[in-house]
This record gives sequence, C-alpha cells and structure tokens, in this order.
Amino acid sequence: MLNTNRKKLLEVDGLKQYFNKGQKTEVRAVDDISFYIEEGETFGLVGESGCGKSTTGRSIIRLYTPTAGRILFDGEDIARIRSRAEILRFRRDAQMIFQDPYASLNPRMKVKDIVAEGIDLHDPAKNARERDERVYRMLELVGLDESHADRYPHEFSGGQRQRIGIARALALKPRFIVCDEPISALDVSIQAQVVNLLQDLQKSQNLTYLFIAHDLSMVKFISDRIGVMYYGKLVEVGPSEEIYNYGVHPYTESLLSAIPLPDPEYERSRKRIAYIPQPPGADAKLRAVAPGHFVYCTEAEATAYQEKRNKRVCS
Amino acid sequence: MAVATILNVRDLHVSFDTFAGKVRALRGVAFDLHKGETLAIVGESGSGKSVTGRSIMRLLAPTANIERGSVLFKGADLLKSGEKRMQAIRGREISMIFQDPMTSLDPTMTIGNQIMESYRKHMRASKGAARARALELLDIVGIPDAKRRFSHYPHQFSGGQRQRIVIAIALICDPEILIADEPTTALDVTIQAQILNLMKDIQKKVSTSIIFVTHDLGVVANVADRVAVMYAGRIVEVGRTDEIFYSPRHPYTWGLLCSMPTLYETGERLYAIPGTPPNMLHPPAGDAFHLRNPYAMGIDAKEAPPLFQISETHYAATWLLDPRSPAAEPPEVIQKKRRSLC
Repeated sequence: MLNTNRKKLLEVDGLKQYFNKGQKTEVRAVDDISFYIEEGETFGLVGESGCGKSTTGRSIIRLYTPTAGRILFDGEDIARIRSRAEILRFRRDAQMIFQDPYASLNPRMKVKDIVAEGIDLHDPAKNARERDERVYRMLELVGLDESHADRYPHEFSGGQRQRIGIARALALKPRFIVCDEPISALDVSIQAQVVNLLQDLQKSQNLTYLFIAHDLSMVKFISDRIGVMYYGKLVEVGPSEEIYNYGVHPYTESLLSAIPLPDPEYERSRKRIAYIPQPPGADAKLRAVAPGHFVYCTEAEATAYQEKRNKRVCS
Repeated sequence: MAVATILNVRDLHVSFDTFAGKVRALRGVAFDLHKGETLAIVGESGSGKSVTGRSIMRLLAPTANIERGSVLFKGADLLKSGEKRMQAIRGREISMIFQDPMTSLDPTMTIGNQIMESYRKHMRASKGAARARALELLDIVGIPDAKRRFSHYPHQFSGGQRQRIVIAIALICDPEILIADEPTTALDVTIQAQILNLMKDIQKKVSTSIIFVTHDLGVVANVADRVAVMYAGRIVEVGRTDEIFYSPRHPYTWGLLCSMPTLYETGERLYAIPGTPPNMLHPPAGDAFHLRNPYAMGIDAKEAPPLFQISETHYAATWLLDPRSPAAEPPEVIQKKRRSLC
C-alpha cells in the first residue's frame, strides 16, 4: 500500500505525554514520538504493557491533553484545541473502541441508549422513531438486530458486547477510530469474527484505524503499517510485512522471537532473542533503513541496521 | 510402547448450582496423564478446562457437585479421599499454578515465608533446612539476589517475577504432577516466553508431569507433548501435538486452528467459527458443537458421538469419523499447512 500517495489523515509530530510533570513521580508515558496514518489505512501499534501505546491512542483522541507536540488531524492541530465546541466537533470524526467489553458499557443503560449516546449529543434525532431507526441501522451494520436494542449489556456475550461498542463508535459516521486492544478480552473463535467485522466496516465505511494491541501476529494480519513502542519511544516503524520479516531493532527482534505460533515444528526450532536495553545514542532518532522502514537509532547504527536488513532480504 | 500413566481421569461429571439452575460444566471428561509428559488442555472460556484442573485438586467452589467419575492417582480415587488426605497431597504430590500472579500470593507475608510454608509442613523440615531449599528454588526459577529478596513482599516484585515465585512454591516439594492453569495469560509475550522456557527446563530436571490449561494454541505448540481439546464440558479431540496441529480431525479443532491469523496473508479473510459457545445451563442435545459446525449432519443433533480412534494416540469425537458418514475435507487453510510440510 506504499507509494499510492494517499492523503495523510493523521500526523503525529513530537508527541509527548507526561504525567505528574515536574514532580518526583513524573512518568514519561509517551516521549517524543512521530508517525502518520493515511486515509483508509490501518496503523498497528504494538508493545508490552506500560510502553505507552494506549496512552498514545488516548492522547490522539484527546482523552488527555498532550504535554507537547502536534497532532494534525485533517490538517488541524488537535493538540491545541481547548474549547468544548472544538473538541466535540473533533470527536464526531474520531471515535474509540475499548479493550474490555464488560467495563466499557454502562450496565444500567439499554443497548439503544448506549448506541444513541453520541447521536443525542452531537446530532440529535428529530423524534424517537428516527432515533430508533438510526440505532437499528447501526446494530444491523455490526451483525446484531432490532430485537437487541431494548436489552441490557449483561444479556450479551463478550463478542456481542464488543459489537455494541463498535456500533456506538460508528453511530456518528466517524472517519477515524482508535481500536485499543479490541479483541484481547475475547475468545479465540470470537476474535476472528470481530476482526472480520472491523475489516468489512473499514471497506464499507471508508474508515482509518489506529489498532493498538500486544498480539503481534494479529496486528500484522490487520495492519498496513506497524509501529513498535518501547518505554514511550517508537523504536521501529514500517509496512507490516517488512517489520514482521525484516524488523531489525533489537527490541522488535526480541518481541518477534517471543510470539508463540501454532506450529509445533516452528516452536521446536525457535530461538528466543532476549533484549538487553541499551541507552540510546545522543543523536538517536527515527532513521530510514529501507523505503518506508524507520528505526530509532544513531547514524552509525543506521548503517549497520541497513546492512543487517539487506542481508536478511537476500538470504 | 508402554507408557506409565500417573493419573487417570474417568467419566468426570461436574455441575454448579446457580440461581438460574444447574450449569453442567463437565459432562464426561476422561484422559490419562503419562509420567513426565506435558498434556495441554485447550478450549474457550466455559469449556470446562479450568474446572477439570480444579476437580483433580478438589479445589472447587462449594456450589460445585461432582456427580460422577473418578480421578485415580496411585491406585486411590482422589474424588473419594477425605480432606485430610487431600491436604497431604496438595502442594506435595500434586501442585497447582494459577493464572493471576497478582492475586495468588498473600500480600501480607514475605515471599520467603510463602515459599517455605508448604516445605515445612509437608517435609517437617526445620526452618534452616526450609530456608536453604527455598533459596535453591528461587535460584532455579531465576530470581536474582535471592538472599536479600527473601524478606520482600509480593508488591515489591513485577508480574513475571511473581509468577516465578508461584512456580517456586509449587515445585518446592518435587511434586509428581503440576497443574498449570493459564500460568502465562496475564503476562507480556517476552515474559511469557521466559516462563515457558523455565517450566520446560525444570521439567527436564525433575521429570514432573504437567497439565497445562490454556486457550492459546501458540503456547500449546510450544510446551505440549499431547493436547486435549475441550468443548462444552467434553474432550472432543486428543492426540500428540503434531497430530492435533498437522492432521486434526474434529471440525472444532479445524475452526480453532483456522481462526489463527498467522496462517494467512495480510488482507485475506479470516475463517471465523460462526455463533457463540453454548450456554451450559442447557447444553445442546447430541454433539454440542453441531449448531456452529458447517459439517454437521442429522445425527449430530440427536446423539453425541463416541471417541473414534484414529491412531494409537489420536482420538476424536465427531460423527465425521463414522464409516457411514460422507467424506469431509478440512478447510483449505489447514490442507495448505499440511502440504507445506510434505
């Protein structure tokens, strides 16, 4: 999907998200990261717990106010907007699907009120019938039906609840959705259903996804490009096949070598690579090692990575 | 080849009393555990894999009823053993590791005391001997600076370290059987890989038999010698790991393997098992999988299939293996995988 010159829908530039800034307990959850997402693309963000991938998603959707940096959404800097009206306008275009389908739906609200919450706030229906109609259409879109609208979340399975969460996110016809580990809480057989649904919706609704997960094999499958995060930094970014096959940053290699694959032959021969963290060099930044493939490193390291990558491509 | 079995589970039926009625968690589970092997039990939530592990340890909630069956260990039926006998077995002859290392340690006790506890009780060891043994175990499971860490509390350790401590507790008496219930599910992949390697190393050294309960087929491929696939309270397929991954015979196993993204190219459509796991308050009649099974036949709705033998070690409970049923081919993705191996 490279070189199609699609429009960049989202551009993150030098994003920093610190908590308890200036205090002893300061946490640099996201520390100066930059990437972009093209329209209609899925960008996967992977890393271990605590690496800042969820914080990145939440900052982009302005659940937090970024400490520094720019977040250009369709040309407008979202990190700067302050007024409620502006944030509301942005949220019509950008929505979020959460990890835990048990915690992210209010147990005391009916499904139709959950799905219609955004409609009521941003684009109220003229009357109850129109509101119902719009909710029904959303439910159908995600594979549920009218009869589910008057029920409560506890009456649904995990997979169905995640569909309700997706219907809620889609109700305002957004262009961009942050999917924060949308399938990790689901059973294996249900994960595939939800992934297929997300891909179908991407095509039919022309959506752009930021897909956050720790399951690298699923991220590789669903994403066009992948970013690997480690301790608040983006250490490697590139097309998903490229990262999966020729990821060269030691942390990416360690992560790739740790994913268990459902293949006993492969598992018997696997060599695990442990990552020994090294302090980055003074002039470390994202540098290209192949077209579209960037690694966080110093200039000297970049040459070495480039050779390592090319060697692997040839072998 | 004669293999020594250490545990025989036969026709195990367990139900739970709830306000909504009886939940039939296990409906005739049967398997053997061989000496020194790792048997993985895989299945989705609610399939009964954890209940199987807990039934063997007799650690079920008070609402549980063991309705039928037997668990034979060293000639005695654990299901008929008194609580006193069970207490002598737990932690000594059979140990268990739980999923969540954040909740399975006592936050008010130092980890040293927690590791020594079962050794002192079971082995009637002196404090000095127990301490020496506990330090040895901490070293084996890879906690650095064990002497200083001995008097620390669980909150002072990371998730991976806590799981190592839980493993040390489980192994301190050299148990013959270790039941690991999703021991790595709560951990990051890199930590998971470390813990799995650790368990394999330890097994080589002390030849413990392991029952490994998990939903992750990748983990299964890594650790297991044999695999039992559970669905709706029954084992639907069991065999050596290679048999289950490379020539599976049950449509549910096909579905599970097919829904793994690693078998596909980017942009392809994943195969998804339709529908949802059954409600075990009212398990479906016949083959419980028939409602989600694209290969289902008329008989599947009426009668549960027996376990058909495929090889000396490989069994599957599906009517597709009955000589009278039409030939059924597994989905394309699995065949592709098999071909790529030839």
